[in-house]
Amino acid sequence: MATETTTPQPSAPQPSNGDTVPAPSERKPQRSGRWSGYRYLLWVRLLELKREPEIVFWVFGFPLLLSLGLGIAFREKPADKTSVVVIAGASAEKTLAQLSGNDKRSAIHAVVMERDAALKAFHYGKFDVVVEPKADGSYEFYYDPARPESVYARLFVVDTLEAAVGRIDKLQVVSSASSEPGSRYIDFLIPGLIGMSLMNSGMWGVGFSLVDMRQRKLLKRFLATPMRRSDFLLAVMSSRLVLMVIEVGLLLVFGMLVFHMPVAGAFVSLAVLGSIGAIAFGGVGLLTACRAQKVESVSGLINVVMMPMWIFSGVFFSYEHFPAKALPFIKALPLTALNDALRAIILEGASLSSQSVRLLILALWGGVSFALALRWFRWT
Amino acid sequence: MGVPIECTNLRKTYDGKVEAVRGLSLRIETGECFGLLGPNGAGKTTTIEILEGLLAPTSGSVRIFGHAWNDNPRQLREWIGISLQETRLSEKLSVRETINLFASFYDQPRSAGEVLDDLQLTEKAESWVGKLSGGQKQRLAVATALVGNPRILFLDEPTTGLDPQSRRQLWEIIRRFQKKGGTVLLTTHYMDEAERLCDRLAIVDHGEIIAEGTPADLIDRLGGHHVVEFQVADNASASANGERTGEKSAWSTLPGVESVRNEDHAICLNVREPHLTIPALLEAVNRQGHQLEHLSTRQASLEDVFVQLTGRHLRED
Repeated sequence: MATETTTPQPSAPQPSNGDTVPAPSERKPQRSGRWSGYRYLLWVRLLELKREPEIVFWVFGFPLLLSLGLGIAFREKPADKTSVVVIAGASAEKTLAQLSGNDKRSAIHAVVMERDAALKAFHYGKFDVVVEPKADGSYEFYYDPARPESVYARLFVVDTLEAAVGRIDKLQVVSSASSEPGSRYIDFLIPGLIGMSLMNSGMWGVGFSLVDMRQRKLLKRFLATPMRRSDFLLAVMSSRLVLMVIEVGLLLVFGMLVFHMPVAGAFVSLAVLGSIGAIAFGGVGLLTACRAQKVESVSGLINVVMMPMWIFSGVFFSYEHFPAKALPFIKALPLTALNDALRAIILEGASLSSQSVRLLILALWGGVSFALALRWFRWT
Repeated sequence: MGVPIECTNLRKTYDGKVEAVRGLSLRIETGECFGLLGPNGAGKTTTIEILEGLLAPTSGSVRIFGHAWNDNPRQLREWIGISLQETRLSEKLSVRETINLFASFYDQPRSAGEVLDDLQLTEKAESWVGKLSGGQKQRLAVATALVGNPRILFLDEPTTGLDPQSRRQLWEIIRRFQKKGGTVLLTTHYMDEAERLCDRLAIVDHGEIIAEGTPADLIDRLGGHHVVEFQVADNASASANGERTGEKSAWSTLPGVESVRNEDHAICLNVREPHLTIPALLEAVNRQGHQLEHLSTRQASLEDVFVQLTGRHLRED
């Protein structure tokens, strides 16, 4: 930073009210410092953002609401009851008793219905499995092998009926439920939301705002001044870093306070990772916006770029469900690398160096995009 | 220090097809206010943007104070202030913040307070740009051009779409800049603006300069400083075109008439001495047995120059 006296100072606006005679010090020609343009561009970007309530909501409020909503939805949800329909007949009541038992907390919810109505309700997904007790004491099951809960219900009902008629278990099994902080859905979700939020604001904050400025001919107007182009791009990227601190900080603190999410890793590691992530997506945003003339066209482009990452990069659920062949591609996406590294550091307390491959993926995306964007960037 | 603006044989071809500028040369001296006057699409904006170093010409050279744009663009940018035809400045910044932002790009900017005063924006200093009127926005655009303390001011259609009062305010600002020794290049399609504001101007049409000189010079070239415009009754205009052409030559022999042209249904005479022409005109109309429907006289304007040169009006739609 330049150290000589500079005018104007971003942080200290000159006094204005009614004082029409300029103070003597104002008259004296003063030289701007080397970095005055950069500092002002950065200051103005943050100022404009602050004055745009919609942007403040989408950047900061929306991810918080999302985590709150999903966190509550998945936090205290009781285990799903398996719903079973028993087809009416001679031994229907007996079967019902065996399934439900006397225990109010039974994991099975069973009712008796006529055959046609029962099958119809099953097809509509109201029940997971249909049980038909036969006259000879055997059972016939109707289930849907494509529905995991139906498959599970069949096994569970068989198991329950077996136990009810006095099966003796040969294995001793002890189960303990895992819902400790650090291994719940919300703990998986919040790092994913941090990653997604960095992607969103990088793409929109850089990509959209640049095209908007280009469409308004403001970029061209800047170009007509002695402003250094590098200062402008530097200010754009710096503003991303400032916002990154707020975005990541808000979600982390929110997760820790509201959901008691443990943060196992070092905050320094998170800051470094967040910076690399913010700059990587800033670079991708810059590349997306490097030639578009209209905000409408860049909006489409941004969505096309982000869509695959929303789906594949494990924001809301693990990407391990996708076919194994797709995994190398999924892992090469910047958001996947960012989310995986965030989860490793936040949930497992991993060190930065253990995440070097993911950091490298992010840096490559950012670096290559930035280089291409500079080459193709249109100011007019 | 060299001539503020000089260009020779500028050409600009878009996509290898559209020739926006076709061999244009200019030399603008220190302290001059020079105008490029022409209809929309004449190539004025392309020309001024080439001179501003925002567009590269297809061929030809530009010198700003003797320097080419490739030499040291940042230094040249310190010397010039620009207002583009349409720039939408950020609506959620205040007037002062906007001026300070632009000031921060220059090595030795003027203070925001001084520029605000100069452009009569002090009252609006803390208002958001989005709340300004059209005239105030345009003054702010000029303020961002003046805050760098430039030696040359480039203004592309500075008063288009403004009300008369706002236009006059801007003219004042431009004159004040000029009085302090600044050089101004502006484009306009308002002939009155060119006439009142510019020391010299070039009339541009289809990418070429078709006339250049002081406004008085250009009007002088018409021959007469006055225009007598009249219309004769229907029995004349109902007759065939051939007869009217015959009439035209008849009018040109009237005393003091320098040139004649038909305009819609009226006939315009450029005359030196209306007090000699008008009595003779009335007599001639009488003699021909026509009825005079309309008669007016006015000072010749740049519009008349343009019409005479091109056969079209400046603001034809």
